[in-house]
Amino acid sequence: MYFSKEVLDSSSRMRQRWEDEVKKAVAKWPDQKEDWTTVSSLDIKRLYTPEDIKDLKFDEDIGYPGQYPFIRGNQVTGYRGKFWTFRMFSGFGSAYDTNQRWHQLLKAGQTGLSTAFDFPTLMGYDTDDPKARGECGKCGVAIDTLEDFMVLVDGVPMDKITTSMTINPPATALWAMYCAAAEIKGIPLTKIGGTIQNDMLKEFIAQKTLMCPPEPSVKLISDTVEFGTKFVPRWNTISISGYHIREAGSTAVQELAFTLRDGMEYVEDVLKRKGLDVDTFAPRLSFFFNSHIDFFEEIAKLRAARRIWAKAMRDRYKAKDERSWWMRFHTQTAGCSLTAQQPYNNVVRTATEALAAVLGGTQSLHTNSLDEVWCLPTDHAVEIALRTQQIIAEETGVANTIDPLAGSYFVEALTNEMEQQAWDYIHKIDDMGGMVAAIDKGFPQMELADAAYKFQRQIDSNEKIMVGVNKYVTDDEQDIPLLDIDDAIETQQIERLNAVRRKRDDKAAKKSLNDLKNACKKGENVMPYCIEAVKNLCSVQEICDVYREVYGEFRDPAMY
Amino acid sequence: MEITKKVRGGDVRAATRLIRNLEDRIPHAKDTIKHIFSHTGKAHVIGFTGSPGAGKSTMIDSVVAELRKRGKTVGVLLVDPTSPFTGGAILGDRIRMQRHALDPGVFVRSLATRGALGGLSKAVGDAIHVMDAMGKDYVIVETVGTGQQEVDIINHAHTVVVVLVPGMGDEIQAIKAGILEIADVFVINKADRDGAGKLYRELVYMLSMVDEFPGGWKPPIIRAENIFDADSFQRSLDELTNTIGQHYQNLIDKGLLGDRIRRKAVLELNEALLAAILDPVLTKLVESGEMKEMTEKLLKKETDPYTLAEMIASRYLVMPAE
Amino acid sequence: MAKRKLRIMVAKPGLDGHDRGARVLARCFRDAGYETIYTGCHQTPEQIAAAAIQEDIDCVGLSCMSGAHKYLFPECVRQIRALGGDDIQIIGGGIIPKQDYQLLYDAGLKGIFTPGITLDDIVAWINENIVPNVKE
Repeated sequence: MYFSKEVLDSSSRMRQRWEDEVKKAVAKWPDQKEDWTTVSSLDIKRLYTPEDIKDLKFDEDIGYPGQYPFIRGNQVTGYRGKFWTFRMFSGFGSAYDTNQRWHQLLKAGQTGLSTAFDFPTLMGYDTDDPKARGECGKCGVAIDTLEDFMVLVDGVPMDKITTSMTINPPATALWAMYCAAAEIKGIPLTKIGGTIQNDMLKEFIAQKTLMCPPEPSVKLISDTVEFGTKFVPRWNTISISGYHIREAGSTAVQELAFTLRDGMEYVEDVLKRKGLDVDTFAPRLSFFFNSHIDFFEEIAKLRAARRIWAKAMRDRYKAKDERSWWMRFHTQTAGCSLTAQQPYNNVVRTATEALAAVLGGTQSLHTNSLDEVWCLPTDHAVEIALRTQQIIAEETGVANTIDPLAGSYFVEALTNEMEQQAWDYIHKIDDMGGMVAAIDKGFPQMELADAAYKFQRQIDSNEKIMVGVNKYVTDDEQDIPLLDIDDAIETQQIERLNAVRRKRDDKAAKKSLNDLKNACKKGENVMPYCIEAVKNLCSVQEICDVYREVYGEFRDPAMY
Repeated sequence: MEITKKVRGGDVRAATRLIRNLEDRIPHAKDTIKHIFSHTGKAHVIGFTGSPGAGKSTMIDSVVAELRKRGKTVGVLLVDPTSPFTGGAILGDRIRMQRHALDPGVFVRSLATRGALGGLSKAVGDAIHVMDAMGKDYVIVETVGTGQQEVDIINHAHTVVVVLVPGMGDEIQAIKAGILEIADVFVINKADRDGAGKLYRELVYMLSMVDEFPGGWKPPIIRAENIFDADSFQRSLDELTNTIGQHYQNLIDKGLLGDRIRRKAVLELNEALLAAILDPVLTKLVESGEMKEMTEKLLKKETDPYTLAEMIASRYLVMPAE
Repeated sequence: MAKRKLRIMVAKPGLDGHDRGARVLARCFRDAGYETIYTGCHQTPEQIAAAAIQEDIDCVGLSCMSGAHKYLFPECVRQIRALGGDDIQIIGGGIIPKQDYQLLYDAGLKGIFTPGITLDDIVAWINENIVPNVKE
């Protein structure tokens, strides 16, 4: 029992009185509304008391930082040893433009880099492909070849700072460029650190940057895990993501469940396909969560995530190394919670979401800028977003102590409930035959579509409130300065690409693509061949076209 | 007639607008069908049916690609359910065949059921005529996959393909009676999934119980595996396309083509008669207020529906002397 | 004779696959009584135009979150007009800064919808501004 009998007896007595008084009070002053649920429509009680967590077992469910179940965090010193990494997702226009923004952010106190690529790059197309028309540099940096990449990382101390790259189907190609750039700068691969997002399962579920079918996509991911385990030990080769699942409209529990189940699917695939020992690669798996507007739901979600993963790794996959049981994650505040109306309000939303992420124990954090509902952020908006993190770290005192909300009746009860619901989903997907099978059946996609529609209807009917949108609405349009990406960038980038094509050794380039194709056909690890190809100035599309040819192209069946 | 000429010339805009007018029951559209009718009967009409989620649309997309490879033109009618509450519909099957959007030899048209309860709506039947008259070699019709619709396809199609998929509760016992009887070809989609073997065996068993097949055609069962394994899937696709062709040939050889066509003709005639005779009568009854009167009488149990109907009928029919 | 049903299309041109809004709209339009063709994401302007013609669409709703709307939306209009769809209305939504609105209106868009608008408002606007292209 978590509480002594005396405590529970006292609580029971006092509860009785409280409940009676509530009845009387509500009769005179009814509650303002009927529905007191989280933004995900999870029911929340008026009051939480010892009874709500009486069945908790201290050592199994709460414990200590750095010890199973790691719900209080992985690091024994908490944030005192090191704050979470201030890692602002950024990228736009040309490699040069982004490099500038990166140096600005580093000067402003950012402690890790995070790369946003444009859509042609994300989808594995060159800037001059007809499908890419109009997209160059608009939502991220345009990278076609290693030449662009060298400009992007110019002046970046790759042995001292870690870089995250949000890239999925073409992840092998972009990571190959990072590795090649390090080699050119004389930095051994054992010294570089960072993350590639490289999580195709969530693409099939939510974000839809798609290229090849699920099976070969997972194979390519296993290749990166294997290569990283052997040669780039400080690199996180997958960032198993829930952020996009949430942005696509899922509830917090769905985000939690589907993300963790995706993680389990990757673990199982690597074990099966590569025959590696789980402890050799599990410590390098990382996660990426959303931090949405419902404060406590997010904190509980993140704590539950740590506990679920620890259980899965220890009990389900029999990992022996405790570091395999750790969950390390990056968090981004919720883009979908921001409003176009009264955009300055978004600063407040981002701040509370960032605070929730910190209280949830994130290892790394990106804070959205106030203008991102309209376009990519201006310098000033990004600065405010970064300062938000710095103020939380330096002024609010929340970093003084580890996992401050542990033991809270409410937070622990909510954590338990979310964990329980997540396991229900996980087992359901197990019964379907795993995540790839569930995706094939359309299960997670339909859950998301239903949740998104439900939420929109709740907003439209004022059941859920968004300040400035359906309550406290003003007519005056608050105009804010917006970033404009010059359309001329596309022409310039195409010129650069053509120049590279002219100057490179075409025979060597073609040969390395051919070698890559053969490696794919034989089922070999593609990474060494990718690195060779990018060094020979093969483009992102040339590499991806090899994958398309060998593995087939996937078209989204679009569940609605 | 202007529209007729355009449709016969393959004009997509004229054809799609005509189909729309037929859906909305515009009187002059019916006139156009009169003119078009004599130019139909050349296309091979293939119906695809099966439960939702079986992968019909994806299969059709592949069959279209294969037929195009063989130099044939195709019209595709995709039917999705109208919401009984709102009258609207999401017509989303087209997504799976958008790769053919720019191919002038393929015309894809989505239709909503519009509450047609007892089978495929008349508009679908007429739309088949339109595509036929356009000169399409094949007209493929995909039905919703629930209810009477599935079975009704046999009145419109020469060849009916039933698509099944393992693991979606598609055990034979769960499949509605009627579906199995109308199939000319079975396709087990995603045949590499668990349960495919069981499904196959159940189908074989069920077919073994049939004494005699019309025209001696025992429906083949085609297993289509992973669509991403290009070689294996192409083999299934070849098999399916060839089988469809063989079925049509068998109808011709056994002189049964006429039977199928006659069935549709009878159905259409009945529907047309119903519309020509019943609709005006009903309209008149409503307009004159007599419909309301009769309903009130029924509510008060003063009379019964049959007596009322006979009374109305006697106004229009000359009854033989008793 | 029944009132003419509105045939509306929800389409995502370009490489952007973020389709939460598009899918919510498809359901919303169904609930509003429209016959809604949903073409999914990753469509080229040519594909969207061809589909709009084949399906006898009254109104095409374009969605883009990647910032490429300045090229993609006008190109869709061009392609639709080139195929003879002169009476097809086109509306758009997504991540579109106000400074781009005029360019899009000039290119032929009839309405632009930003985040924060309710589904009911969109439907009300359509009911008021879009009529089926078919005559009685």
